[in-house]
Amino acid sequence: MGNILPRPVHASGPPARRPARTAAQLLAALGALLVVLLGTAGPALAANEGVRGTLNNGGERVAGATITVEDEDGEEIATAESNETGGFAIPVPGPGTYVVKLDLESLPEGVTVRAEGGEEREVTVRPGAVAPVLFILGEGTRETTGTAERALQLFVRGLQFGLVIAMAAIGLSLIFGTTGLTNFAHSELVTGGAMLAYFFNVVVGMNLIPAAILAVIVGGILGGLLDRGLWRPLRRRGTGLIAALVVSIGLALFLRFIYLYIFGGGNRSYAQYATQQPISVGPIDIPPRDLVIIAISIVVLTGVGIALNRTRLGKATRAVADNPSLAASSGIDVERVINVVWIGGTALAVLGGVFLALSQQVGFLLGFQILLLLFAGVTLGGLGTAYGALVGSLVIGIFTQMSTLVIPAELQNVGALLVLIVILVVRPQGILGRAERVG
Amino acid sequence: MDFGVIFDNTLNSLFNAEALYLALAAVGLNIHFGYTGLLNFGQVGFLAIAAYGLGVGVTYLGLPFFASIALGLALAVLLALLLGIPTLRLRADYLAIVTIASSEVIRLVARSAAMRDITGGSSGLTGFAGGFYDLNPLSDGTYGFGPWIYNENRFWLLLVGWSLVVLGSIMIFMLMRSPWGRILKAIREDEDAVRSLGKNVVGYKMQSLVLGGLFGALAGFVFAIANSSIQPDNYGTQLTFFAYTALILGGTARVLGPVAGSIIFIGLFVFLENTLVQAINADIIPESIMNSNQVGIVRGILVGLGLMLLMIFRPQGIFGDKKELALDAR
Repeated sequence: MGNILPRPVHASGPPARRPARTAAQLLAALGALLVVLLGTAGPALAANEGVRGTLNNGGERVAGATITVEDEDGEEIATAESNETGGFAIPVPGPGTYVVKLDLESLPEGVTVRAEGGEEREVTVRPGAVAPVLFILGEGTRETTGTAERALQLFVRGLQFGLVIAMAAIGLSLIFGTTGLTNFAHSELVTGGAMLAYFFNVVVGMNLIPAAILAVIVGGILGGLLDRGLWRPLRRRGTGLIAALVVSIGLALFLRFIYLYIFGGGNRSYAQYATQQPISVGPIDIPPRDLVIIAISIVVLTGVGIALNRTRLGKATRAVADNPSLAASSGIDVERVINVVWIGGTALAVLGGVFLALSQQVGFLLGFQILLLLFAGVTLGGLGTAYGALVGSLVIGIFTQMSTLVIPAELQNVGALLVLIVILVVRPQGILGRAERVG
Repeated sequence: MDFGVIFDNTLNSLFNAEALYLALAAVGLNIHFGYTGLLNFGQVGFLAIAAYGLGVGVTYLGLPFFASIALGLALAVLLALLLGIPTLRLRADYLAIVTIASSEVIRLVARSAAMRDITGGSSGLTGFAGGFYDLNPLSDGTYGFGPWIYNENRFWLLLVGWSLVVLGSIMIFMLMRSPWGRILKAIREDEDAVRSLGKNVVGYKMQSLVLGGLFGALAGFVFAIANSSIQPDNYGTQLTFFAYTALILGGTARVLGPVAGSIIFIGLFVFLENTLVQAINADIIPESIMNSNQVGIVRGILVGLGLMLLMIFRPQGIFGDKKELALDAR
C-alpha cells in the first residue's frame, strides 16, 4: 500500500534529478517488488529470492548442465551447473521477472527440451519466494512443435483455466442473480480457500486430497456464516445495492490484508503435487495433476448443473435468481435459498482456489489476480445465470491462453478484458443472457 | 513515544500532495457517482492516461510542457468517450465492470515490455516535471508556517493544485445549481423520468463522465509531478477505492465532501502509520504482534474495515445529506 500514497516528505528538497540509471533501477526494483500481475503486493518480508528446479529426463537426473539467469534487460546475473541429482538453485538480487536459460549444448547426447523455445523460461520471483522453474526434457526426437500442436496445448491449458474460473464464477453469478450483490470480495473467497487447504495440508500435515475436501466443507460453512452475519442483516436493513457493493470492496480490502498479515507476501506450494513431470497424451504434454483437475472440474460442474435443473432446491434457486418477489410469493423461502447459494458458491470458490493454487502456488493475491477475469466471464455469459457463467468463463479461459499465440503473454489479460468490452457493445445481455432491456 | 513527530507529520500531510491528488480524483468521482449516479470504478485510469500523456509528450514526443498537458487532457476525454459509448445505455454495474477493466488495461499495456520505448515499461518515466517547475515564480527557500513548511517547488505545486481544487469546487457549486446540474441529479434519481421529459440522458451522462474524467486527469498530473516519476504500478485499482473511501467519508453529492474527505482520510492514514511505528519502536506493541514492516498491512486492514463500517452505519459520511444518496439505485 505504501506505493499508492507515498510517505509525506517533510519539507522535502527540490525534486531530485537522480541519475536516470539509478532511478530506473530503483523503480524497476520497486515495481517488481510491489506488483506482480493485477494489483499491489505487500512489502518484502524476507529477502532470499531465487529460482530453483530439477532437471529430470524421464526419471533420469541430468547433472552438469549449465543454467543462466538473466534480468529483464537481458543482462546476465548468475550461472550455475546442475548437481548430481539434477537440482539447481540460483539466488537472484531481488523480486522481479527473470529469464532462466538452459544451455542445450551442455546437455548429454540425445537429451533436449521437448518444445521449441523450451530452453528459456520467464519466471516472476515474488518477494521472499524461490520461484520453481521446470524445464521439460525428453529424448531428442521432438525438437520442433508446430503451431497446431502449440495451439492444441494452449487450448487444453485454457480449458483447464476456464473450468477453474467457472467454479468461482458460478457462485459470483448466482449471488448476483439471487441478491443483486456485485460481490467484489468473491476473489478473496478463492484466496481464502487456497489458504485453508494450505493450512490443513502443510501446517496440520494432512495429504492434499483430504485437506482440500476439508477446506471445501469449512469454506462452505464460513460462506454461510458470512451471509448470516453480514449480508442478511444488510438486506434486512434495506441497504441499497450500490452501498452493498462498496461494503464488498471494503470486505475485500480487509480480507486481503488479513491474508497478507497471516500468510506473508511470499508464494508457497502445497506439500504434494506441486511440481510434476508432464506425460504425453497424444500430441499434448500435460502433468497428470492437470488431467485430474480437468476431470474433477467437469464432474463437479456437471453435478451443479444437474442439481440446478433437477432438484427442488436447484429449481427454487433459479426461480429466485429470475425474480425474487415472484419466487417469494409462490412460497419459496428466499432467505434459505440465498443462504444455500452462499454456502455452495463459497465451497465452489474454495475448490477453484485449491486448483488455481496447484498450478500457480498459494499467495495472498491469488484470487485478486483473477477477479477481473471472473467478472469478465460472468458478464460475458450473462449476469446472474449459472450456465452463462460457465460458458463465459470457458471462453475467457481459452481466449486468454490461446491469445498468447499472437500476443505477448504479459498482455493475455488485456485481450480478455478488451473482448469483454467489445461483447458489451454488441450483445450487452451476454452470450446466454435473455435479450431484455438492461438500461 | 514522540507525540510531537506524530502530530507534526499528520498536520503536514493534510495539505501535502497525497491529499491534493486524492481530493482532485475524488472531486471527479463526486461528479460521476455523487451527482449523476455513474459507477466509475476506473477513476485511476483517467489519472494514468493523463499522467502518461504528460510524460510521453515531454520525454518521447519532445513536446513543450503545456502541449503535453493538453495531450493528457485530450486522452482523458477520449477515454471517457470510449468508456461511455458502449456502457452508458446499460445498467449501472456494466459501467463499473468496464471502467475497472479498462483502468487495468491501461496499466498493463503501459507496463508491458512491448511499450518500453514509449512508456518506459515497468520502470515508468522520469524527467518530465522540469517544465512545471520552470514556471515557478518563487525564489529558492522554504515557505509556510508551523507544521506546513515546504520548499519552493513543493509549495508551488501545492499552490497551483489547491487553487485548482478551489476553482473546480466553485465551478461545480455553480454547475449543480444550474439547470444542467439539476438534470444530472434527476438522472441519478430516476433516469426514465428524465428521458420521458425529452432529455438526452445518454448525452448528459457522457458530459458528466468527461467532466469528472478531466478532474481525474488533473489528479494524474499532480501525482506524476509530485513524485517526479510515473510508475505504472502506482495506478492500480486500489487508488480508485481509496478515492471512493475519501468521497464517502466526506459526503457524496456535497461540493466540499470529497475535498474534506480526502484531507481527513490522508490525515487518518498518516496518523495511524506514525502512531503504529512509534508504538512499535517504544515497545508498546510487542514484536510478536506486529513489526514495523507490517504497519502498512495493518493500516490496510483498518481501511477495509473502516470502509465497510462507514458504508453500513453512516453512508452519508461526515457532511453528507442522506436524501442526496445514489446508493439505492440499481
